[in-house]
Amino acid sequence: MISLIFIIIGILFNMLGCVGIVRLPDTYNRLQAATKAVTLGCCSILIGVIFHFGVSDAGTKALIAIPILFFGSTVAAHALIRGTYHFGIKLGKKSVKDDYKDAVK
Amino acid sequence: MNEFLDILLYIQIALSGICLYRIIRGPTIPDRMVGVDIFGILVVGVCAIITIQTERSFILDIGIAWIILSFIGTLTLAKYLTGKKLNE
Repeated sequence: MISLIFIIIGILFNMLGCVGIVRLPDTYNRLQAATKAVTLGCCSILIGVIFHFGVSDAGTKALIAIPILFFGSTVAAHALIRGTYHFGIKLGKKSVKDDYKDAVK
Repeated sequence: MNEFLDILLYIQIALSGICLYRIIRGPTIPDRMVGVDIFGILVVGVCAIITIQTERSFILDIGIAWIILSFIGTLTLAKYLTGKKLNE
């Protein structure tokens, strides 16, 4: 039962991330919203798997998958957004501040 | 409980389909890569829910392999976007 609660929380976070990936106006905004929400949601689903299976093979695999997912997705998102900036994609029209422009020079 | 998990599984698959919308529609190349990255993370959630439904643990192995391949693929595409060669 507690595993079901964790899975529902995870799917709610995934839903928020997918709303962000469709509705937000800019590449940087989309990646920022979607990566944070979806990573947290899928980690929550895997925690639900741990609570459902306990100490067994599937529970151990879920426990291994959580750090790989957490660090892998965040590092990949950081590299991707840095590459996007160097590729020359402009910020959105409503963005007010660009600190990275001074750091690149 | 089993029927309820069915509904949750369908919702998660539908969310993965929303990411395909961004891959098809995205105006620039980085937008499409954002869609691919998020799709790779969401598939792990699908694999986890199928693991609970079928009680077979090898499906979670597919999820772990998918995370690692998505990580490597996104890093390679980001390196391509910065304009460097792959060995720099």
